[in-house]
Amino acid sequence: MKRDKTVEKKVKEIVKKYGAEKSSLIAILQDIQEAFNYLPKDALIVLNEALDVPLSRIYEVATFYNAFSLTPRGKYLIEVCAGTACHVTGAITLMDRLERELEVKCGETTKDAVFTLEQVRCLGCCSLAPVIRIGGNIHAYLTQDEIPKILRNYRQ
Amino acid sequence: MSKINTLDDLNQAGKRGLAALIPSRIKIMVGMATSGIASGAQEVYSALDEEIKKRKLDIILSRTGSMGMDCMEPLVDVLEPGKPRLAYSKMTVKKVPVLLDQIVNGTIGAIKPFYRMDEEEFIVLGKAKRYFDGPLPVYLGNVPTIKEIPFYTKQVKIATRNCGLIDPESIDEYIAKGGYFSLFKALTGMKPETIVEDVIASGLRGRGGGGFRTGIKWKSCREAEGKIKYVICNGDEGDPGAYMDRSVMEGDPHSVIEGMIIGAFAIGAHEGYIYVRNEYPLAVQNLGTAIANARACGLLGGNILGSGFDFDIRISKGAGAFVCGESTALMASLEGTAGEPRAKYIHTVEHGLWNRPSNLNNVETWANVPAILARGSQWFAGIGAKTSTGTKVFSVVGKINNIGLVEVPMGTPLRDIVYEIGGGIPGGKKFKAVQTGGPSGGCIPEKLIDLPVDFDELWKSGSMMGSGGMIIMDEKTCMVDIARYFIEFLESESCGKCVPCREGVRRMRDILEDICGGKGQEGDVELLEQMSKAIIDGSLCALGGSAPNPVLSTIRYFREEYEAHIRDRRCPAAVCKALIEYSIDPEKCTGCGVCLKKCPTKCITGEKKKPHTIDKTKCIKCGACYESCKFDAITVK
Ligand SMILES: Cc1cc2nc3c(=O)[nH]c(=O)nc-3n(C[C@H](O)[C@H](O)[C@H](O)COP(=O)(O)O)c2cc1C
Ligand code: SF4
Ligand code: FES
Repeated sequence: MKRDKTVEKKVKEIVKKYGAEKSSLIAILQDIQEAFNYLPKDALIVLNEALDVPLSRIYEVATFYNAFSLTPRGKYLIEVCAGTACHVTGAITLMDRLERELEVKCGETTKDAVFTLEQVRCLGCCSLAPVIRIGGNIHAYLTQDEIPKILRNYRQ
Repeated sequence: MSKINTLDDLNQAGKRGLAALIPSRIKIMVGMATSGIASGAQEVYSALDEEIKKRKLDIILSRTGSMGMDCMEPLVDVLEPGKPRLAYSKMTVKKVPVLLDQIVNGTIGAIKPFYRMDEEEFIVLGKAKRYFDGPLPVYLGNVPTIKEIPFYTKQVKIATRNCGLIDPESIDEYIAKGGYFSLFKALTGMKPETIVEDVIASGLRGRGGGGFRTGIKWKSCREAEGKIKYVICNGDEGDPGAYMDRSVMEGDPHSVIEGMIIGAFAIGAHEGYIYVRNEYPLAVQNLGTAIANARACGLLGGNILGSGFDFDIRISKGAGAFVCGESTALMASLEGTAGEPRAKYIHTVEHGLWNRPSNLNNVETWANVPAILARGSQWFAGIGAKTSTGTKVFSVVGKINNIGLVEVPMGTPLRDIVYEIGGGIPGGKKFKAVQTGGPSGGCIPEKLIDLPVDFDELWKSGSMMGSGGMIIMDEKTCMVDIARYFIEFLESESCGKCVPCREGVRRMRDILEDICGGKGQEGDVELLEQMSKAIIDGSLCALGGSAPNPVLSTIRYFREEYEAHIRDRRCPAAVCKALIEYSIDPEKCTGCGVCLKKCPTKCITGEKKKPHTIDKTKCIKCGACYESCKFDAITVK
């Protein structure tokens, strides 16, 4: 199978930035994740050669940490906080509502690839609970009622 | 940025900083920590900026961190020469022109200040500086001082001393507050051993969870064999509901950096790492700026302050794994591998990062160090409780009126935190419990409300300090659901290395899900207790070792709730979906039709102005009707 040239170029750039250091594997994967919104398979293969780290090791790290995704994510990542403060103030209701509105389960991406719905453990905004983060923006003191409108705003 | 080599250079920088902190012109500060921004601080800042430029006002606009009272954000502070500092809470873009009018006219109009500060504490220097001389302007007589706001009355700020007061990006302002003078003192006049002894004498215990004595750890690392040593800052802050480390990293990053340089000098390390969790982009950014500035001034790098001591710091971003807050897992993650803990008998102070002696401390621990060195170990030891000295920052969140970060002396009674500082429970509900210690901790019930909060008392109560999250729960919180929640959390965060943790926690979750789902059986509680014991005994790291705590503490204090779920198939707090039903009280329903519109499954019917009903076969128990009813007509049982 032919390798994706743009992926290869970008990954090599990133590896260079970190001086091809093995200990920078996580930081390199973070940059790749940021560049492509997920970790393309080709990227991991390029990494395997450039860093001289076995592919199995790379997969181990890529699957161990929650920040990485091996499948493409949607344009906006919806992170529903499931921290304790958010849990006691109704985070589950928000997740249920999002799942229904988006017709996906937690961890999945919508058919139109606009949203990926995920759960995170505390965004550090516990004082504003319950919170969700969409594409990096915090939505505080959220009620399920506001969700349809918020989603519409992002879709536009 | 000019180099800082001598005491004179430091004093110069401090002078510049003070001129920026308390300038001879009007200054407006916007609290721009993550919580402030999430509440709209960025919009308020931009509006202020635009309006000030438009009106050509001679006003300095600056950013600062968080003063802790997050429920009042966005917070805008106004400092005018000859006047106290005034804080305006819940600012909005709309209020901006009005506020500027008030400043220009020297009046208080529609926007009332939340509190005033007559002076600013310089805790490291051990003094306060008044903002104005002479009498208080008459028109400000009715504005309460910050210490008259119950949220602040009992607070003593050491670790969060600069948060919300300085611009976190300004090294000069940090120096003006006494920053880097402790480092100067350490590098130019103290022996490393003396510093270690001082930290031991202060009684400082690690703020990251275990409460291990910091000085003792430093001593072991100092004495460990090896040329290359590391100091590491744990900014992973994994406990859900805790965010004090974020606030310090965002609002006062230099305090952590200074603490680390002092620690490195005492231990004999020349490289440092700060491991910050992935979810904290602003903390990473502000730490990055601070490190770059410290480097540019020569406070990081080679030959710091002309002492011949070299030290530098790198930031490493976590990738979303709770277990990486554990010391050995964190070090594995720094090495670029999967963060799995290893056995504790190999001590990280001897064999840590890259198998070399490594000293790991929490963010708040590091931030305390410069203050201890400046004011002396006896000063610190005199604050707080006997075996838990100093202060602790708590995030008081959940079902509480005054939500925010509070720093109080160790040993402060829980009652003061909940009722005085926290202002009690909203909506006239009853306080039920407070969860502390994160997933390794437990729930402290109402009957222990007079508990003095310190490491040892919390431990005795079956909970623990953890990183300082305090999640307040009211009568609408189900304790079995809380136990299930934590166990589910730990199940997904277990690294999977040992069987008791990986499998045992999963089985406990199955049982708890059954109980919450109305399928609990007699003997389940006893089974949970038995399994807890096995998991505690058989796990490698403290994640597994303390995983059963939330279950054990809720069984200990709320056994009757477990029994109600199992025997009566009833959730007393009306949380567990399988055991509850929504209905409409015909006496109270006015037929306004709001719930009918809100119900996503359209299972509510009724004529206008007549009592409505819920079709229970179609109800998905989402609670939308309950949240929307203004007449309390929806009941959930
Ligand atoms: C599962 C687990 C998670 C932890 N998470 C954190 C954390 O997020 N932040 C932290 O400072 N310490 C955390 N700790 C405690 C650290 O292992 C370590 O004891 C601490 O960082 C040492 O610093 P201190 O002595 O200053 O508290 C965690 C421990 C365990 C077992
Ligand atoms: S106790 Fe759990 S988290 Fe800790 S090492 Fe074992 S499996 Fe991993
Ligand atoms: S618990 Fe949700 S942000 Fe912390």
